[in-house]
Amino acid sequence: MSAQKKRAIWVFGDYRNYFQNRVTLQLLARARDLAGKIDAEVCAVLFGYWSEEWVDDALSQNPTFCGVVGESIAHGADKVYLTDHPRLAAYSMETYALLMERLAKREKPEIILIGATTFGREFAPRVAQRLKTGLTADCIGLEINEEGLLVQTAPSFGGNLVAQIVTPECRPQMATVRPGTFPEIPHDSSRRGEVVRVPLPKDLPEDRVRLVRSERRPQRVTKLEDARVVVCGGRGMGSKKKFAKLFELAELLGGEVGATRPVVYADWTDHETLVGQAGKQVRPQILFSFGISGAIQHTAACNGAKFVIAVNKNPNATMMKLADVAVVADASQFCTALIQGLKRRIR
Amino acid sequence: MLKMVVCIKQVPMVSELPWDPKTGTLKRDLAEGMINPACRAALDAAVRIRESEGGEIVAMTMGPPMAEEVLREAIALGADRGVLLCDRRLAGADTLATSYTLARAIEKVCPDFDLILCGFATSDSETAQVGPQLAGALGIPGVAYVDEIELTGRTVRMQRLADNFLETLEMDLPGLITVTTGVHAPRHVPLGGLQDAFTGAEIETLDAKALDVDPERIGVKGSATRILNVYSPTSDKKNIVLTGTPKRIVERLFERFDDRIGGTIGKDLKSDKKKS
Repeated sequence: MSAQKKRAIWVFGDYRNYFQNRVTLQLLARARDLAGKIDAEVCAVLFGYWSEEWVDDALSQNPTFCGVVGESIAHGADKVYLTDHPRLAAYSMETYALLMERLAKREKPEIILIGATTFGREFAPRVAQRLKTGLTADCIGLEINEEGLLVQTAPSFGGNLVAQIVTPECRPQMATVRPGTFPEIPHDSSRRGEVVRVPLPKDLPEDRVRLVRSERRPQRVTKLEDARVVVCGGRGMGSKKKFAKLFELAELLGGEVGATRPVVYADWTDHETLVGQAGKQVRPQILFSFGISGAIQHTAACNGAKFVIAVNKNPNATMMKLADVAVVADASQFCTALIQGLKRRIR
Repeated sequence: MLKMVVCIKQVPMVSELPWDPKTGTLKRDLAEGMINPACRAALDAAVRIRESEGGEIVAMTMGPPMAEEVLREAIALGADRGVLLCDRRLAGADTLATSYTLARAIEKVCPDFDLILCGFATSDSETAQVGPQLAGALGIPGVAYVDEIELTGRTVRMQRLADNFLETLEMDLPGLITVTTGVHAPRHVPLGGLQDAFTGAEIETLDAKALDVDPERIGVKGSATRILNVYSPTSDKKNIVLTGTPKRIVERLFERFDDRIGGTIGKDLKSDKKKS
């Protein structure tokens, strides 16, 4: 029976922070690439309760409509499984995990991809446990190998390392993926897809965890963790006053400032900027590293940076060895020169 | 009496890592072990709960014989019992096999538990999966990434920052909570207690047989995932070294890496507009 069925790659629709974080759309795009290699269809799985204007009517075929269903299809889904019910208004771990388990047992997807949001990082292991299958956390890469297996690349702190992991036998193969890892494909409202409405099961038990209160917290436009450019400073900047120049540089580059632990302890900047084991993990397109020797607690928290420019008087500093470009210079003086250079070039 | 189980893990001590600078890899066998920071926060949360509610704390870990150290440390920090799950057949477990094994061990050692506490993630593998999967394997409710815990009778109220929401949640015991390192600063280990823990305390050790686990569901055999390979992501860097006056280096940086820098910030940096 299932021999005839087309294989499927599922993407869980995590639309709670849609406007901050478009990880669902990014995963749909990646799923499309992967689907081509194993001849599979891409499905979005949506649980929630949207007011009518947010759920496209499957029968209306209204191409201009842009709710969560339409958005999923326009960004790459061939099919959308939709459970729309007031009981799903708030993201609920147990209920969502149960719905996912039942649907996956019925439809048997090859792969399930889930965004590594806080919700996703708790939801995915619960689903994997129920399905008795493998799960790789916080992936930064997904490929299909010659055996048709999903190769999941994930960082592991245990020494600045990256591991490639597969789930050889159990199905589905599951992974959570960091937001910002893959680019989304542009919205294409001419794409068509199938909508499968999945009714809420009648025997759904009460959720044993009750949501008492939920407040949306205001957040800055870019967070350090999501910044495309990070300007990190260490003790080598020399003083609090000189360190402050990094904020000017970051502004010119449209980036955020990060700091090492000694600098935070010396009160040159606040704890929010700490990049390290006890602070934030960053993964910018470009990391500028000023006057940082490169203690492992720090380097492990920024090894996701695509391109690293390190500045240090000491060419043998660990950070300089890890950099794409190692600038041998006084960090503070070079910072000043870089600010001047940028100002001349940017109108 | 309130019965709590705190699951802890021994992880390599980051600041003391025996690092191979050539390959950028960790010599794990030489690494100094410590109690994972988030696990320590979980233990600390249990001690605080006991201070107001009374009860018993069982510290449990799965690992090699050397992992006994973290149980002794846990006892010094306030745990009443230390339980080590130690067997070659348990080695190489992924989170699915680990959570299965821990669940069976908890049912064996402390069947009438009220609250399970875990760290939200470990600093070595960072999956954050064992806690939620353990709740599933025990069939109890669970909440992850918790910053604050308040127990009233049989109801526990929790606060956490999830994505962009500050959430207050409630569940009835028995239940499982994974805690962040965010809220409580770890306390110091009282020296006398540490000495007692290392000389006097009895650690209970259980192997696979004593745990009565399904041999197909533990260790490598029971793991759904396989690691293909592990590599150092920084080793492929070109490491171009630039020297000279800061001004000159800035010019060369813009000439050679305009694609990279200018492309990322959306500006053309090749031309010096004031000069031209």
